[in-house]
Amino acid sequence: MSAPEVSYKPAPRIQFVVDGNLLRLLIACVAIFVVMSLLRPNVFPTVENFLSMGSQFPEIGILAIAIMITMLTGGIDLSVVSTANLAGVLAAMVIRALIPADAPEGQVVVGLAIAIAVAFVTGALAGLFNGLLVAYVNLTPILATLGTMTLYTGLTVAMTRGNAVFAENRLTFIGTSNVLGVIPIPLVIFVVVVAIFAVILNRTPFGLKLYMIGSNVKAARFSGINVRQVLLMTYVLSGVLSAVVAIIFLGRNNSAKWDFAPSYVLQAIVVAVLAGVNPNGGSGRIAGIVLAILALQFVSTGMNMLLFTISGGQFFKEFAWGALLLIIMVANAYSEQRRLAPKRKLREESGATSSESEVTQ
Amino acid sequence: MLKKILSRQETLVGITLLGLCLLIGFINPVFWTPGNWFDLARSATVTGIFAIGVLIVLISGGIDVSFTAIAVFSMYTTTVVMKNIGFEGGMFAFFLMSAVIGGLLGLINAFFIARFRLPTLIVTLGTQSLFRGFLLFVIGSKIIRDLPPGMAAYSGAFLFTVTDDRGITVGLHSAVLFLVAVAVLAQIILRYTMLGRSIYALGGSREAAERAGFNIPRTQVFIYAFVGLLAGLAGMIYGGLNRQANAQDIVGQELDVIAATVLGGASIAGGRGSVIGTLLGVMLVTVLSNSLILMGIPSTWQRVVIGAIIIIGTAVPTIRTLRSSRRANVEIEPVPVEQRA
Repeated sequence: MSAPEVSYKPAPRIQFVVDGNLLRLLIACVAIFVVMSLLRPNVFPTVENFLSMGSQFPEIGILAIAIMITMLTGGIDLSVVSTANLAGVLAAMVIRALIPADAPEGQVVVGLAIAIAVAFVTGALAGLFNGLLVAYVNLTPILATLGTMTLYTGLTVAMTRGNAVFAENRLTFIGTSNVLGVIPIPLVIFVVVVAIFAVILNRTPFGLKLYMIGSNVKAARFSGINVRQVLLMTYVLSGVLSAVVAIIFLGRNNSAKWDFAPSYVLQAIVVAVLAGVNPNGGSGRIAGIVLAILALQFVSTGMNMLLFTISGGQFFKEFAWGALLLIIMVANAYSEQRRLAPKRKLREESGATSSESEVTQ
Repeated sequence: MLKKILSRQETLVGITLLGLCLLIGFINPVFWTPGNWFDLARSATVTGIFAIGVLIVLISGGIDVSFTAIAVFSMYTTTVVMKNIGFEGGMFAFFLMSAVIGGLLGLINAFFIARFRLPTLIVTLGTQSLFRGFLLFVIGSKIIRDLPPGMAAYSGAFLFTVTDDRGITVGLHSAVLFLVAVAVLAQIILRYTMLGRSIYALGGSREAAERAGFNIPRTQVFIYAFVGLLAGLAGMIYGGLNRQANAQDIVGQELDVIAATVLGGASIAGGRGSVIGTLLGVMLVTVLSNSLILMGIPSTWQRVVIGAIIIIGTAVPTIRTLRSSRRANVEIEPVPVEQRA
C-alpha cells in the first residue's frame, strides 16, 4: 500500500494552493477505498491486492501523462497508442533479428538495449512529426494527431502484414518479476515517470513555458517564449512516453500488434480530465493524474470483486469509469458556479448601494 | 468568383475524389461496374449517416465521440427487446425503436452539456463508456445471430438488382435511401431554418449567438438529441446489413468518422462545414479503403494512405489561410527576442 502513496509525494512546494478538484479527487479516492474495504474486507485491503492493482494501471497512467502535457499546451495527442504499437513492433523485430534463441548473455543485453533504443527513437520521431504538424504547419492538434494515429497504425499494419510480432520472451521479465521481491516493475517505471515529470513541470523553465502557452499563447509569444520550439518538444516527450508504454506492453504480452489496446487513448483522456487537466490548456497537476488513476483502479478492482460472479461483470468497469468522470465534472461545475455566485451578488449589491447614495444626494 | 469556388475545401475534395476514381478506373476497369458502386454505396451508408450527425455537432463547435456507443446500444437493445416479445413485423418498427432509444440517449448528452456547460468532448467520452458499459453489463454482450424475422430479411431489401454479363446478380441496397433522406433533411435544417442558423452561430461564437437572442441550451438539446437519433438509425442499418447484433461492435470507429467529416471541410473549431462536403469526405475515404486492392496496392497500406490523406487534406487549407493572412498582414507576428538582438 505504501508504493502508490510515494508517487504522489512530489507536490509542488512553491505554489501550493488547496485545489478544489484535487481535494475532491482525494476524497473520492479515500471514499472508494473505504467503501470497498468495508464491502470486501478479506480481499480488498490486502498487500496482494495492492500489488496486483499496482501492476495494472501503469500503462494508462503513463499514457495519461503524455495526454496531460499536450493538453497543458491546449492541444492533445490522439496518436499515443498507435505510436506505442509502432515502437513495440519495431522493438520486437529488432529483438528477433539480433538475439537468436541460444544467444550468450552479453549479446542478449546488447540486443535488448538496441531494441529499447529503437523503441525510444521511434517514439521520439513519431512525436517530432506530430510536433512539426502542430507547431510549424499550424494544424489543429486533434486533427494532426488523428491523422498520424491512422498513419502510424497503417505503417505498423504494412510492416507486419497485420500479424503480431513476438519478442521471444526477452522482455517478459518486465511483466512478471518484481523489484525487491514485491513491487511490480511497471509500477516502478510509473513512479519514475511521475517523478521525472513532476520535476519537469514544476521546477524547470520548460514546464513553466508549457503552462504559459496553455493559458495564453499570445502573451507567451510576446514575452519571448519560442512557442513552436516548446510545442515541438512537448509532442516529442509525448512520443517518448508512448515508447515507454510500448516496452511495458512488450513485457506484459510478449508481442506487439497494430490493433493492441485502441481503447486506451480515450481511457487515458478520461484519466487526464478526471485529474483536473484543463483540455483548453494552462492548468493540471501531476498529483491529479496519480489520484485519478488510483481512484479509477480502486473502482475497477472493487467492482470486479463485487461482481465477478455475475456474467458481464467485467464490463461494469467501463460504466463506472464513465459515471465517475461525469460525477466529478458535474461537482466541479457546481463548485465553480458557487465560487462565482457570491462575487456576482456582491458586485450587484455594491452597485445598488452606490446608485442609491447618488439618489439620496 | 471562380477563385472562391476553387479555394473551397469541398471543391478540393471533390476534385481529388474524381481524380482518384478516374485513376482507379484506368488501372482496373472493374471499378466502374455497377457491382462495385453498389458496394461502395452500401459501405458509405452507415458512415455517411454518422458523419452527418458529427457534422452538425462540429458546426456547433462541439465534438461527439459517444455516437458509436449510442448506435450499438440502440441497435442491440432493440434487437433484444424485439426478440423477447417475439415481434414478427417489418423492419420499420426496428428503425423507429432504435432511433427513439438513440434520441433519448442523445438527450442525456444534451443534459450534461446544456445544463452544466461541460466541455462536449469530456461529456461524450464519459457517456460513451457509460452507455457501452451499461449495454454490455446489463443488457447483454453476446452476438445475436438468430435475428427476429423482420430484421433478418432486411439485408436482402434491394432497391433494384442488375445481372451482369457473367451472370452475377448485384443489387443496390435500399439503406442508401436513408442516407439520401438524412442528407436532405440536414441540408434543409442547416440552410433554411432558424435552428440551422443558431447552430452555425453557436459554433462561430457562443457569446455573439446569445446576444443575438438565440436560445443556446435549446439548440444544444436539439443537436445532441438529433445526433443520437441518427446514431440509433445508423446502428440499426449496420445490424441489419451485417445480419447480426454484436454488442461489442461499432465503438472504436468514432475517430474515423470524425476524420472523414473534417476531410470534407467541417472545422473542428466550429462555425464551418457543409453536408455536400461531408458526403464527399465520406465517399473519398470509402473509395480509398475499398479500392486499394483494385489498384493493386496491398490492403495493408490502406491506413497509411488514409492517414496521409487526412494530414494533407487538413494541412493544405491551413497553409493556404496562413499564407493569405500573412499577405494581408492581418496577424502581426512578433519577432522572437533572440532574433531581435
